[in-house]
Amino acid sequence: MTVTRRDLLRTSAAGAAGLFIAFHVPGGLRAVQAAPAPAAPPLPPANAFLRIGADDSVTVLLAHSEMGQGSWTGLALLVAEELECDWSKVRCEHAPAAPVYAHTGFGVQMTGGSSATNSEFNRYRTVGAMARDMLVRAAAARWKVPASSIRVASGVLSHGKDQLSFGKVAGEAMKLAPPRTVQLKDPKDWKLIGTKVRRLDTPEKITGKAQFGIDVQFPGLRTAVVARPPAFGAKLAKFDPSAALKVPGVEQVVPTGNGVAVVAKHFWAAKLGRQALHVEWTPPEGGGVDTAKQMAEFHAMAMTPGELVDKGQRGQIDAALAAAKTKLVSEYEFPYLAHAAMEPLNCAVKIDGDHCEIWTGTQFQTGDQMAAAAILGIPKEQAAEKVKIHTMFLGGGFGRRASPSADFVAEAVIVAKAAGVPVKVVWTREDDMHGGYYRPSYVHRIQVGLDDKGRPVAWDHVVVGQSIAAGTPFEPFLVKHGVDGLSVEGLADSAYLESTGALRITLHSPRTAVPVLWWRSVGATHTAFAMECMIDEAAHASGQDPLTYRMGLLKEKPRHAALLQLVADKAGWASPPPAGRARGLAVHESFGSIAAQVAEVSVDQGRIRVHRVTAAVDCGLAVNPLAVEAQVQGSVAYGLSAALYGQLTLSGGAVQQSNFHDYPVVRMYDMPHVEVHIVSSNARMGGIGEPATAPIAPAVANAVFALTKQRLRTLPLKLA
Amino acid sequence: MKLDINGTVREVDAPPEMPLLWVIRDLLGFTGTKFGCGMAQCGACTVHIDGQPVRSCVTPVSTVGARKIRTIEGISPDGSHPVQRAWAQADVVQCGYCQSGQIMSAVALLEQVPDPTDADIDAAMSGNICRCGTYVRIREAVHLAARLQHGGGK
Repeated sequence: MTVTRRDLLRTSAAGAAGLFIAFHVPGGLRAVQAAPAPAAPPLPPANAFLRIGADDSVTVLLAHSEMGQGSWTGLALLVAEELECDWSKVRCEHAPAAPVYAHTGFGVQMTGGSSATNSEFNRYRTVGAMARDMLVRAAAARWKVPASSIRVASGVLSHGKDQLSFGKVAGEAMKLAPPRTVQLKDPKDWKLIGTKVRRLDTPEKITGKAQFGIDVQFPGLRTAVVARPPAFGAKLAKFDPSAALKVPGVEQVVPTGNGVAVVAKHFWAAKLGRQALHVEWTPPEGGGVDTAKQMAEFHAMAMTPGELVDKGQRGQIDAALAAAKTKLVSEYEFPYLAHAAMEPLNCAVKIDGDHCEIWTGTQFQTGDQMAAAAILGIPKEQAAEKVKIHTMFLGGGFGRRASPSADFVAEAVIVAKAAGVPVKVVWTREDDMHGGYYRPSYVHRIQVGLDDKGRPVAWDHVVVGQSIAAGTPFEPFLVKHGVDGLSVEGLADSAYLESTGALRITLHSPRTAVPVLWWRSVGATHTAFAMECMIDEAAHASGQDPLTYRMGLLKEKPRHAALLQLVADKAGWASPPPAGRARGLAVHESFGSIAAQVAEVSVDQGRIRVHRVTAAVDCGLAVNPLAVEAQVQGSVAYGLSAALYGQLTLSGGAVQQSNFHDYPVVRMYDMPHVEVHIVSSNARMGGIGEPATAPIAPAVANAVFALTKQRLRTLPLKLA
Repeated sequence: MKLDINGTVREVDAPPEMPLLWVIRDLLGFTGTKFGCGMAQCGACTVHIDGQPVRSCVTPVSTVGARKIRTIEGISPDGSHPVQRAWAQADVVQCGYCQSGQIMSAVALLEQVPDPTDADIDAAMSGNICRCGTYVRIREAVHLAARLQHGGGK
């Protein structure tokens, strides 16, 4: 079992204060980890999560950022289920950045790891139940009747013929002591959970009223565009602001450390100012990262084992490989990927004495708060009070806005501090694509030994790629014995390898000047591809149907097997595909959920076309099936962009792609028909924002092999 | 210069080459129209000029003249346009950032082709990128909007 962010969630037994304290006290991590777990956790302070207005409105404060995944609806739904309010009166707001909103597992305020729903399932329901209890007691006091005689439905309290809407007693209820314990509903009594609930953020998002970070405007706010190093490892040598300052609308030019910000009345002036700015950079030492050279180095490293992965060693691998009837050797190659969210990065900052306000779309409020405090000389323990974060709607996150270094927020704070005026730093698309924090590039080398029935009896797997967690505050949790669990998640714990007698899974984690980060589905972006393609190769080598072969290996994994069978049946696996098309399949577990997909592809003038994707997920309880469906469709699109197009290359440390013309993504004409099947299971609730991203690339590659006999092992997929 | 935007003539002081997008957002304060790429690749900035969808990020403001500009804010004040109603019914949006542009492209399509085929939708909507991958529901919503426009129900 590798260390993943889900382990972080599980093992963070020090409770809500754990990682938060870690951020306050560098080096104090061990002490925190050794601290005894607190006794039964107290109930959450309901008032921090919920407001009921005199107008009967119910406002839910969200500890998780809305970036498209639907927490704006899902968390409100959990409250409403227990509160028994009128769903049409429910509104949401992003919570402020404060310790009370720390992730229940991570201990810091953060949105990620496909965990918003499962980590909040108890807390948000509890808040709803607490508020209902207080409303009932307030009504009981008003009517002078026992609380047990009061019924609650659709935001109305009733006793006999007497009725009160929530708003009528909300003020009195707020003054009551919160309950010490609450009884949550029996699942059989759920009215909202498990039903298809439409999004609450639709009205503002279809009228242009939704406010994203980039939309923040107020009197006195200036816009800045920053000149950043043209290559990773390059350094600011000198700059001359005079030409930039001549551009109408440009007001100031300020250094940011390793860049130069042009501050202007509006974006366009700032952008023209940056064009006019004279800047000189010192090139990276050693010439900077070059993709061809890096890949050659990674392939060379993959020839020898690296650091042993936890639970990645079993049996005598060399002897087992030598004794195997058939031996397969394959290498898979993955490029750097940009997240390329639709909203380019941006952050607005207003500094007022020793206080600071930040408006941005962020997945990591605590980290941003700490970074801003450090820049402004605010003591860490005062950060939550003096650094106010207004979390705006995120125009996509995909991991890029959960920056452990708070890069885009810290830079904006530096600019606002230097400029002495409120500033919104806006990144162009080119800035966003060149700005780093990519999905790392990887090479996998796999040697597999098959027995006479084609079963894998020896599996020797070397992964080469940068660590995401190294050098971040998450390193102590995620890097164990030199192995970043994020680099190898889904390998040693692969469902296919449980009965493989000889196993060796190892990792090389070279360091480079290119900043890397989690990218939707993280390790599964590459481990699922390597596993599912290698298993497909093994099936072919042993002359077996890819479905039959997999089912044979998954006999002890009933959830995986059932899901795979379902998706195959729904895709019509047993019947031939339409002329000119072929099917491929993949199944992968990540974030506590299992996702399986069948892709139906054709090749049109050398171009891979994906016509139809049959998808199935087992995520345990599906709280809002409509949101699950959207996440699966969207994950297929996101993963398909990487499968067909996604690739950043570097030369001299500089990224060579810059915008959607040379970093294409899936558009309407590429989008397959996606049909989603949700398996209802009693398994522990998994995540849904990411798991369905992983299977699409291997499903397509396996379908391309079935159609063309070309085994594509390098992403993005390109036919010879 | 004067700009006729969403039925109101507004005076703006902008350099002639300034893209219409930034005039709309930064000078006139209509932030529903989004910046995504700055080179007519993603469609987030789509507005209508005399009913034609254009990418405002590459449209110099001086080229607009007296023609009528319509932005997402001019489609309806309350989300009641058939395309918006269809978007709500099909639960299209996710992060929502691209959706102003998607809706502007869909409205223009339906004004010209009242009953679009899937191929019409591919042609009209492929200039609008959605990274959340709402395409499946956008397609469904465009078909639904066509029915709503004709006075049809669900």
